[in-house]
Amino acid sequence: MQADPSLAASIQNLSKNYALAGETVRALRDVSFDVPSGDYISIMGPSGSGKSTLLNLLGCLDQPSSGNYWLGGDDVAAMNDDELSETRALRIGFVFQSYNLLSALTVVENIEVPLYYSGRITPKLRKRCLDLAKRVGLESRLGHRPAQLSGGQQQRVAIARSLVNDPRFMLADEPTGNLDSKTTDEILELLRELNEEERTIILVTHEPDVAEQTKRSIFLHDGSIVSDERR
Amino acid sequence: MAHWLRTVRLSIKSVLLHPLRSTLTVLGIFIGVASVIWLLAIGEGIGRAAEEQIASLGATNIIVRTIKPSADEMGDGAYGLTRNDYVRIVATVPTVAKAIPIRILSREFRYRTRAFDGRMVGCTPDYAEVTHLKIDRGRFISDADVEGENNCCVLAAESATHLFPYGEPLGAKVMVDDQFYTVVGVMKSRAPSAGIGGSLAAEDYSKDVYTPITTLWRRNGDMAIVTKPGSFQRDLVEVSQITLQVDDRENVLQTAEIIRNTIELEHEMKDFGITVPLELLQQARITRLMFMLFLGLIAAISLLVGGIGIMNIMLATVTERTYEIGIRRALGAKRRDITRQFLVESTVLSVAGGSLGVLAGLLCRPMSVWIRMLLFHWFPESMEALPEIIRTVEPQMVSWSIPLAFAISVFVGIGFGVYPATRAARLDPIEALRRN
Repeated sequence: MQADPSLAASIQNLSKNYALAGETVRALRDVSFDVPSGDYISIMGPSGSGKSTLLNLLGCLDQPSSGNYWLGGDDVAAMNDDELSETRALRIGFVFQSYNLLSALTVVENIEVPLYYSGRITPKLRKRCLDLAKRVGLESRLGHRPAQLSGGQQQRVAIARSLVNDPRFMLADEPTGNLDSKTTDEILELLRELNEEERTIILVTHEPDVAEQTKRSIFLHDGSIVSDERR
Repeated sequence: MAHWLRTVRLSIKSVLLHPLRSTLTVLGIFIGVASVIWLLAIGEGIGRAAEEQIASLGATNIIVRTIKPSADEMGDGAYGLTRNDYVRIVATVPTVAKAIPIRILSREFRYRTRAFDGRMVGCTPDYAEVTHLKIDRGRFISDADVEGENNCCVLAAESATHLFPYGEPLGAKVMVDDQFYTVVGVMKSRAPSAGIGGSLAAEDYSKDVYTPITTLWRRNGDMAIVTKPGSFQRDLVEVSQITLQVDDRENVLQTAEIIRNTIELEHEMKDFGITVPLELLQQARITRLMFMLFLGLIAAISLLVGGIGIMNIMLATVTERTYEIGIRRALGAKRRDITRQFLVESTVLSVAGGSLGVLAGLLCRPMSVWIRMLLFHWFPESMEALPEIIRTVEPQMVSWSIPLAFAISVFVGIGFGVYPATRAARLDPIEALRRN
């Protein structure tokens, strides 16, 4: 059942079960939806609804218990650990709620990290790191450590980092969850720009304000999709 | 390549993040590697000392000596090696290249008003070569001297200065008992040869006067009378020592055995002893082996403990940095990237310890002098009891011990880093990320 390659991703009957204290927890139940190229989707739902599980699967951090996940034309469920790592390195841009920067490294070193794992550190790509830092407005903080930056600045570093390998597919896990409203607007503006560059973005949030900025909202409840609306 | 360099740089950075912890961790490796270098240096020192000792005694020499038996065994006072033994050895053992009969007497030497007590050594011309004596002026005893039983002598350098503090000894007549010997040569001075534990005392050549053995036999006979207050002893000895030179090093031990069997037949009293300097090698090997085992054990234990220390600290590091591992995995690090990062880090740790150990190893010589001084100061008795070769050993650095030390530390770093690194790589990225 090959998916349409023009889709950025296609999710078919995706389920994920966990064994927790001897009981099977069905975190995700038969979730299906298509993600056209250039889409901007927000995934919403109460805690425990399966948002994070879904994002982990989409981010190739985890494998589904059943169902299929096609990324471009490739079946993620069939990948081994190395192939998953490679996919994460080359094709997916990650932005996290808690930024997930390496505290021992400087801004520019943090932005460079994905390069090491995509196996291509060229002078050109290193220059790209500087350009990205400039793009997110941090050219004056290149030598700073994450602890010396504000939350908004840290999230910008994380966004710059996610763009290093120029992924067409971006995942954001509550990227504005720890930020005040002004910074939230700035980050959302940045994401909107990225979407305008034909990058597909899937964003998990529980804030309706944030979801409103996206093109499409999917609501999860108890591991199932309860609504899928395009604005 | 750039990949590896970057990983190494990163590891050094993270090791330097905890300088005290890292230093303590590498202590075991430091001691282990230093022990390995010391062990090799001391082993080499012992080996060289033994080689030198053997060279000074002559590696191809066999020394057969007269030993005085106990009084009740002796009977008429005749004992020891005989002229007959000498003749038989020369005639029957083909591997003997040179054989020198030697008779040594204690005598007073006089020249005009000066006198001194020395050793009168009756020997043959080969004696000088076999005992590494060099002529300074004049000549050594010649075959003609031995044949003609000439009344001549050659003085050791120190004997010459005793008797002739001023003036030329050559041609002068030295008086022994009531007889005169014309001085025909003076030797260069020679350092005393070392003794071999038990079987051969150290030999001092500084008070020697050499004379043809035939002359000595003719003039002094075989009888030596020792008088002490209240006692009178008569010894009948024909030959004090026969020094043999074997044609090839390979044949030394075998020849010594043949000679033992040859002489034993005629000597029921056990009034002779055979010393083979080459056997020193054996002794040196044992001493060396002892040292190697001892230090090797220390090295092995230190390296093991050091390795466990590294493993321990690496496990702690993995736990500490679980979050970092999660981030790196999420950004696309493969398992083997994580494994490599932690392996390189444990190797950096152990190589740092190894480098310090190499430094300590290079200080081996001055430090061994120091340690010996302190030991002599604290435990003089037990130090005196040690074999001389250990008391006086000079460590010699072995050039390949440094690459070896590095190899060992890399090996330990990798060996003890594998488990923590694998554990780090096996972490589930989602779980690891949650550890914020």
